[in-house]
Amino acid sequence: MATGTETTTRAKLRWGLLDVLVVVFALVPVLWIASLSFKTPATLTDGKFIPREWTLDNYKTIFDTDQFVRALVNSIGIALIATLIAVVLGAMAAYAISRLDFPGKKLLVGVSLLIAMFPQVSLVSPLFEIERQLGLFDTWPGLILPYITFALPLAIYTLSAFFKQIPWDLEKAAKMDGATQGQAFRRVIAPLAAPGLFTTAILVFIFCWNDFLFAITLTSTERARTVPVALSFFTGESQFEDPTGAICAAAVVITVPIILFVLFFQRRIVSGLTSGAVKG
Amino acid sequence: MADIVLDKVSKSFPDGTVAVQDVDLEIADGEFVILVGPSGCGKSTTLNMIAGLEDISSGELRIGGQRVNDKAPRDRDIAMVFQSYALYPNMTVRENMAFPLRLAKLDKETINQKVDEAAKVLELTALLDRKPANLSGGQRQRVAMGRAIVRQPKAFLMDEPLSNLDAKLRVQMRTVVSRLQKQLGTTTVYVTHDQTEAMTLGDRVVIMRGGAVQQVGPPQELYDHPRNLFVAGFIGSPSMNFLHAAVQDGSLHTALGDVPLGDRVRRELEAADAPRELILGIRPEHFEDAELVDDDTRRRGMEFEAPVDIVESMGSDKYVYFTVEGEKASAAELEELAADAGAADFAGGGGNLVTRLSAESAVAEGQSRRVWFNLEKIHLFDPATGRNLTLRDGRAAGALDD
Ligand SMILES: Nc1ncnc2c1ncn2[C@@H]1O[C@H](COP(=O)(O)OP(=O)(O)OP(=O)(O)O)[C@@H](O)[C@H]1O
Ligand SMILES: [Mg+2]
Repeated sequence: MATGTETTTRAKLRWGLLDVLVVVFALVPVLWIASLSFKTPATLTDGKFIPREWTLDNYKTIFDTDQFVRALVNSIGIALIATLIAVVLGAMAAYAISRLDFPGKKLLVGVSLLIAMFPQVSLVSPLFEIERQLGLFDTWPGLILPYITFALPLAIYTLSAFFKQIPWDLEKAAKMDGATQGQAFRRVIAPLAAPGLFTTAILVFIFCWNDFLFAITLTSTERARTVPVALSFFTGESQFEDPTGAICAAAVVITVPIILFVLFFQRRIVSGLTSGAVKG
Repeated sequence: MADIVLDKVSKSFPDGTVAVQDVDLEIADGEFVILVGPSGCGKSTTLNMIAGLEDISSGELRIGGQRVNDKAPRDRDIAMVFQSYALYPNMTVRENMAFPLRLAKLDKETINQKVDEAAKVLELTALLDRKPANLSGGQRQRVAMGRAIVRQPKAFLMDEPLSNLDAKLRVQMRTVVSRLQKQLGTTTVYVTHDQTEAMTLGDRVVIMRGGAVQQVGPPQELYDHPRNLFVAGFIGSPSMNFLHAAVQDGSLHTALGDVPLGDRVRRELEAADAPRELILGIRPEHFEDAELVDDDTRRRGMEFEAPVDIVESMGSDKYVYFTVEGEKASAAELEELAADAGAADFAGGGGNLVTRLSAESAVAEGQSRRVWFNLEKIHLFDPATGRNLTLRDGRAAGALDD
């Protein structure tokens, strides 16, 4: 027993150290950007981690420019709409895939895998042409549509994994209790798949939020330009002013919604939600 | 409440598996019927067809006189208890039990009243606000039963409802199920693997093999008058002993000596296509220590001597295992039964004889012992078809029957 506890405490210590190392490694760049965003232009390049002079000027600058606020609205709107549609469609497809045996099931799964693996760069130019012809260029739908396309495989995969975990018997039980197929899905399956839905929503949202490639190719004005692209267009007040501080502030600002989004949904991802449904 | 009639019901799956073949079964209103059989014999499929969870490939299913083949489960008004319990983990016990009532759009007050009533019957009142994850196996099982009884359906279907419980709880719950069914008087179809459940619970037992019904009847009748080799070997624990028997000049050569035959069996064996070899079946309780048998009884049976392997004293009687020489009984049914029971449980066609002797017997391991067995109680089976040749009008008549 004594050696047992000894090894576990030592193992815990080792793992703890390793965890700290990984977290520091991952967080240093983020914290550095946060630190830069609070520095004045004069101290920007002093190489100190903790700013000598704190300022909120950078934040004021970006929120004063219409450009950034507009982009933020675009980003949030486009990402939310795309996420919603992708999760709803993905849930239905995943449910069918995990529950039914229908002709062409393998094909459907295969094709969606294909889409996920397709290099997006090679699709950008044709998409640009198509969207210009259809009048979708530089509009919200013009970005939402490709986002849904590329997020769907992801959504289908994660969701069908979740649906497969839900015991079949629950659905049969619901049917025996007098539920229609729709009621069984809404009142029994969907609540149990909620962690899966939220996980998928987070993943899809992050994918849409972070996209740069489509956003820069398929937009040209503030009408649909999202934050990652707007950032790249950032210039200082004058041509000679260095926008580094403002870019850092903007970077911090666009990270915040993601953190909020994840925190908000993470509380709903209660693991073991299905425990107790069936024995063993 | 209603009767359930299966009229030549069959099920074949898209991949060609025929899971159920031409099952004819009439279940009376209020009857408790048990489906038993080895794994994969189509019990669950049959139950699911009655429930409406599985389509019927051919034949007709009537509940309360009405054809329900094409009705959805919700329109059949029957409740089901699953082996896995299938409780909704996101709902409390109360919500679980109220779920069918809420779907039926009853008002809140009635729902609460019915749930409370059912909870009382099943002793779940204290647990109504818990989630299934925080219940023991037996409690979950009772919640599953509660969910089935709250809405007073026409019939209950149960698919191995007790098989996930440990042995002691299973015995307890068996009496709960039995009492509940008697109280409510609801038609019940109960699937089980377990012999004891089959023998003790039901009014009638249906034995299935490979998707086909082998025999239907009250448990005792199946035990005493098995129609074929499969039923004989399936019912009873320890199982019936099976020995190879060769037909020769109007008697049977077996490892226990030459068994005389009565006129009726002999006539059957004289037919041109009659089998030259039979399987002799004797239940363990039809043996007795030869020393303890009075002369009157002795005349109805015959004796043999064999070395004693193992003696298991149960207090009330002794299980004595003998080794016998000779050819092994072999038939497809016996192999199937042995595979299902696991070789250990099924003495069946081996060179081992299981007997149940009186507790007074002075039998001891390692000795040789004279044992008597009752010729009126033996069964003779045709190894090719499995048919019991000693049945007369459905009753077992023994080997000596005229
Ligand atoms: N969806 C399916 N497709 C093809 N074959 C199936 C399907 N479901 C069941 N079967 C087959 O039908 C047969 C009967 O299955 P069933 O589940 O009714 O057996 P069971 O008697 O309930 O067995 P157990 O005691 O193991 O539960 C089995 O051979 C099984 O392999
Ligand atoms: Mg089964």
